[in-house]
Amino acid sequence: MAVVGQSVPRREDGRLITGRGHYTADVVRPGQLYAVMLRSPHAHARIRSVETGPARSQSGVRAVYTGRDVRERIAPIPTAWIPPGSDLAITEHPALAVDTVRYVGDAVAMVVADSLEAARAARNLIEVDYEVLPAVVSVTDAVREDAPRVHEGVPGNVALHWRAGADVDEAFRTAEVTVHRTIVQQRLIPNPMEPRAAVAEYDPGFESLTLWATSQNPHIHRLLVSTVLGMPEHRVRVIAQDVGGGFGSKIACYPDEVLVAFAARDLRRPVKWVEDRQEHFVATTHGRDHVEEVELAGRRDGTITAIRVKALANLGAYLSTAAPGVPTILFGLVVTGAYDIPQASVEVMGLYTNTTPVDAYRGAGRPEATFLIERLVDAFAAEIGMDPIALRRKNLLRDEQFPYTNAFSITYDSGRYQTALDLALHTLDVPRFREEQEAARLEGRLIGLGVTTYVEMCGLGPSEVAGAVGFQGGLWEHALVRVLPTGKVMVMTGISPHGQGEETTFAQIVAERLGCPLEDIEVIHGDTDQVSMGWGTYGSRSTAVGGGALNMALDRVIDKAGRIAAHALEAAVEDLTFEGGRFAVRGVPDRSLTFPEVALKAHLAWSMPAGVEPGLEAQASYDPANFTYPFGTHAAVVEVDRETGEVKVLRYIAVDDCGPLINPMIVEGQVRGGIVQGIGQALWEGAVYDETGQLLSGSLMDYALPKARFLPPIEVFHTETPSPHNPLGVKGVGETGTIAATPTVVNAVLDALSPLHIKDLEMPFTPERVWRAIRDAEKGAGAR
Amino acid sequence: MPEQVSTTAVVLTVNGETHTESLPANMLLSEYLRDHLHLTGTHVGCDTSQCGACTVLVDGLSVKSCTVLAVSLDESRIETVEGLAGPDGLHPLQAAFRARHALQCGFCTPGVLMTAAGLLRESPRPSPTEIRAGLDGILCRCTGYENIVAAVGEAAAAIGEAM
Amino acid sequence: MSMTPFRYARPMALRDALADLTEHPEARVLAGGMSLLPLMKMDLAAPERLIDLGRVQELQGITETPDGIRIGAMTRHFELASDEVVGRCAPIVAQAAAHVGDPQVRHRGTIGGSLAHADPAADLPAAMLAADAVIEAASADGSRMIPAADFFVGPLVTELRPGEMLVAVRIPMLQGRRQHYEKVPHPASGYAVVGVAISLAVAGGVVQEARIGVTGVAGHAYRAHAAERALEGEGLNPGVIAKASSLAAEGEEILGDAVYASAEYRRHLLQVTLSRALQRVS
Repeated sequence: MAVVGQSVPRREDGRLITGRGHYTADVVRPGQLYAVMLRSPHAHARIRSVETGPARSQSGVRAVYTGRDVRERIAPIPTAWIPPGSDLAITEHPALAVDTVRYVGDAVAMVVADSLEAARAARNLIEVDYEVLPAVVSVTDAVREDAPRVHEGVPGNVALHWRAGADVDEAFRTAEVTVHRTIVQQRLIPNPMEPRAAVAEYDPGFESLTLWATSQNPHIHRLLVSTVLGMPEHRVRVIAQDVGGGFGSKIACYPDEVLVAFAARDLRRPVKWVEDRQEHFVATTHGRDHVEEVELAGRRDGTITAIRVKALANLGAYLSTAAPGVPTILFGLVVTGAYDIPQASVEVMGLYTNTTPVDAYRGAGRPEATFLIERLVDAFAAEIGMDPIALRRKNLLRDEQFPYTNAFSITYDSGRYQTALDLALHTLDVPRFREEQEAARLEGRLIGLGVTTYVEMCGLGPSEVAGAVGFQGGLWEHALVRVLPTGKVMVMTGISPHGQGEETTFAQIVAERLGCPLEDIEVIHGDTDQVSMGWGTYGSRSTAVGGGALNMALDRVIDKAGRIAAHALEAAVEDLTFEGGRFAVRGVPDRSLTFPEVALKAHLAWSMPAGVEPGLEAQASYDPANFTYPFGTHAAVVEVDRETGEVKVLRYIAVDDCGPLINPMIVEGQVRGGIVQGIGQALWEGAVYDETGQLLSGSLMDYALPKARFLPPIEVFHTETPSPHNPLGVKGVGETGTIAATPTVVNAVLDALSPLHIKDLEMPFTPERVWRAIRDAEKGAGAR
Repeated sequence: MPEQVSTTAVVLTVNGETHTESLPANMLLSEYLRDHLHLTGTHVGCDTSQCGACTVLVDGLSVKSCTVLAVSLDESRIETVEGLAGPDGLHPLQAAFRARHALQCGFCTPGVLMTAAGLLRESPRPSPTEIRAGLDGILCRCTGYENIVAAVGEAAAAIGEAM
Repeated sequence: MSMTPFRYARPMALRDALADLTEHPEARVLAGGMSLLPLMKMDLAAPERLIDLGRVQELQGITETPDGIRIGAMTRHFELASDEVVGRCAPIVAQAAAHVGDPQVRHRGTIGGSLAHADPAADLPAAMLAADAVIEAASADGSRMIPAADFFVGPLVTELRPGEMLVAVRIPMLQGRRQHYEKVPHPASGYAVVGVAISLAVAGGVVQEARIGVTGVAGHAYRAHAAERALEGEGLNPGVIAKASSLAAEGEEILGDAVYASAEYRRHLLQVTLSRALQRVS
């Protein structure tokens, strides 16, 4: 019976639904101390002095560290992505601010005490004398000539300046039609439900450090933490067992976990730090935050000929770990979307501001790219009076164009874009919707339809490309399959799932290949001492790349087991079949051995074939030949309350193609969750700073995450087009929903508002924004 | 700050087990459960009583354990996620959450389960709309809620049939 | 533990609670804790002493009186929302209580705590105004009655004096009146962006008496007197509803916030919300 393709219940759920998970904040070490951070209340200020005396003398306080105390002992926090040709202005990011604080939330001091209560009380006694400096918050202000400088050595606040594509000026000069939009993609705050946390323990005997951390990539954390602390890498163990969501925000190496590790080593005591939610809002990386000038050129018949994008990307006060790659490589190279657009040009300025650093957030660059092209396509359709769906169909890549190389030399692997579009449109019944819409409009009701056809570049990725685009790491993946004497299987994988369910998906792959029950398989991840190497879970890479490595390791295990079985059965290897967990001599089914029997023989090694080592274990490192390119069509129907401006999503249809589904239930879970996050950006979420750099939307009382009652059921469908270049054919599905949903809902709202000739609105579409647009349109109409 | 803070005597029944305690007044129920009893299934996801990950049942009613003093609950009966499964195995809600993939990272899940457990005691056969309203006090960032709503409905049906 | 330590008292009798409060005027009274504890957790409040009312029997319970109902201060929102007596005699109170926060908050939060905290965006104050409730306040010196219309003074400020605590709410019989609570909740906090509670005495299709309580838009919940006057003596027709709704903010300073809803929008939303509430009962 096939296991791959089945919606088997998740193996990780057993512990999670009974309260027996192991999240970082659950870790308790004997004699542990508690750390809290004192964070800057100012967006930009000179630190004149830090008075820690009274705090240090409190009972129960073990240490108070300031920037001056640690600057010689903790190296600056590095960035790990240096896009070539971007003139990246790397500035020093101290773990604790020394002379200057550069955003609200910048850590100034760390208190370590016997109890959390004592640490917090002592923190209140630290006196920092600040000289408040003018702050710069938005990218549009950051580029002004008279803008305050975030870093003295960086004129114009320009952190990076990156270009891709070719000169398209001629295409625009000669175009029959051009459309232009200014697009603001607001700043988002990731808010996984588990705040970040770190527990560090130093063993003075072994001179080794164990760090439990909320990480999406423990091996990257091991590398960076050991480097920053000047510890040998082999003496650092990072454990991230159960991680409560990340959405990109747990990729980065933050000052906090480095400081906690430092304190544990310095004090020879375990140290625990748990971020509180208010802290999360200012001290964990944010996402998005672009202001873009975007243009499309084309012909009156609907053919799109060129795209030009100029983006200002807010990087915040310091370069976070992956930050420079997000608004460049992960954004710029896919702005042509799912369409055959021969000419393209992208120019990005990444800017320093006095705000929380910006890094990857679910989709990371690709949602921004998809949003702008999908908005432009609708704008272009409106400009030439063509149905936006027809315009998409006309420009979508056709099946026979794959593999397709876009204007930035990115090669999309495979696709049947029109099929996905057809399925979505068929499900929706567009003609009937348009009739309903017409009828509703006659009643004064505003309903609208938005359709997005998208492609995502993910499954990161070939290491050679990682190097070429300046990512300071590899993007291959590692797996080890260890078969025990009883035939039970342990899998060590370098990916680090935190909700994506690979403990189950990978077990399904193993069960399918080895014919063993799922219960006999344990998938181990998130521990650098148990797993040789890996680059973690992000960029929808886990199954495509980690699964590829697993598949290769399984090939090797099966190959070896086959040779041992053949030897035992006194048959030639090529005369053996391996089906349903049983090696049998072809045509003589009685002469067979089960997989556990072979495993035992391998371990007893009483009689091994010549040249075959005892044991049954294999590992593999898989480096994919290309990224993967999932795609699909999403459609949403919305209604706008004309009086209040409130937007309600009435219907949402998703057709996604992420290749073959290993566990359809898990895939659909990823799709639904991603869509809701995407709708969140469209309708509710947005960080709001005031001009002094104070975060006004700084708590869950102010920053609206989607709630159950806001949402309709989501109708999920799939087409399955395998990726030709990875062994499982899978493409990745963690980010598609987020990428597609934002423009889908935005376009639907603007379609609803089209009778009022409202062309654009800034996200999130709060009731007030929508109401103002309606009121202004009605006023304008009245004046005409 | 007062020089010395006395403790207060309370008797708390947690998952059927009675604890006679002398607790500092500033100990939140979430801190009592996690740090004192080491019942770390109850999670703390925020500090403004928004996320609901810390939800437990107090005398059968869902309550955010991060926003109640342990000493306020003298003689109360507290149920946490660790006590949800009975001797015969998983609670129907747990079984349905697993069957319907109503969790991903699992961090909010204990609170969601306990919120739903409270909901089903007050309203044994809720409609999907009622379930969504009943989940107003929890935040889940992973699932988009739909599978949670389905699982709660399925559990309600299973409990109804068993009765 | 994360909260600053404090002294803690849990009196069994109201008399003891009041004596404690007289002796420690700096103490804070703890009811359901839904407002006070979050403030303490964030160090925005650090009382030296808490007087926990959870055990005070006299503060519990809902009783029917000859002219209405009396609701003990420690009555929790979910009890208000589902109580048969409240549902019959003062449905507006039950309705508003059902809109407070979320289920978990309604299981702990109390009417006394909510009213005494006087959050300008809380739901119950609007219902109290529309119900013409009377707040029963007690101190060691005795008790006094404060009409709801005089009770809410400013953001988190009430007519309660030091040493005084809210012990009950008296609601006149509202049976037979047309009542409705219409709320636009904030998507994150659940508090009212606008909340409108109306209670109308209607006879022969004509509004005899109107009471409109408004929350969420000003420094404190208020009675929309101008809108009430526009309804009284009139039938609930679209013209009258429009006129009354347009007067909902009359004489009030409408406040906005920089993140979600400006004063201008709240003013507009108030008008729409009152209009919708009135349509519901017409």
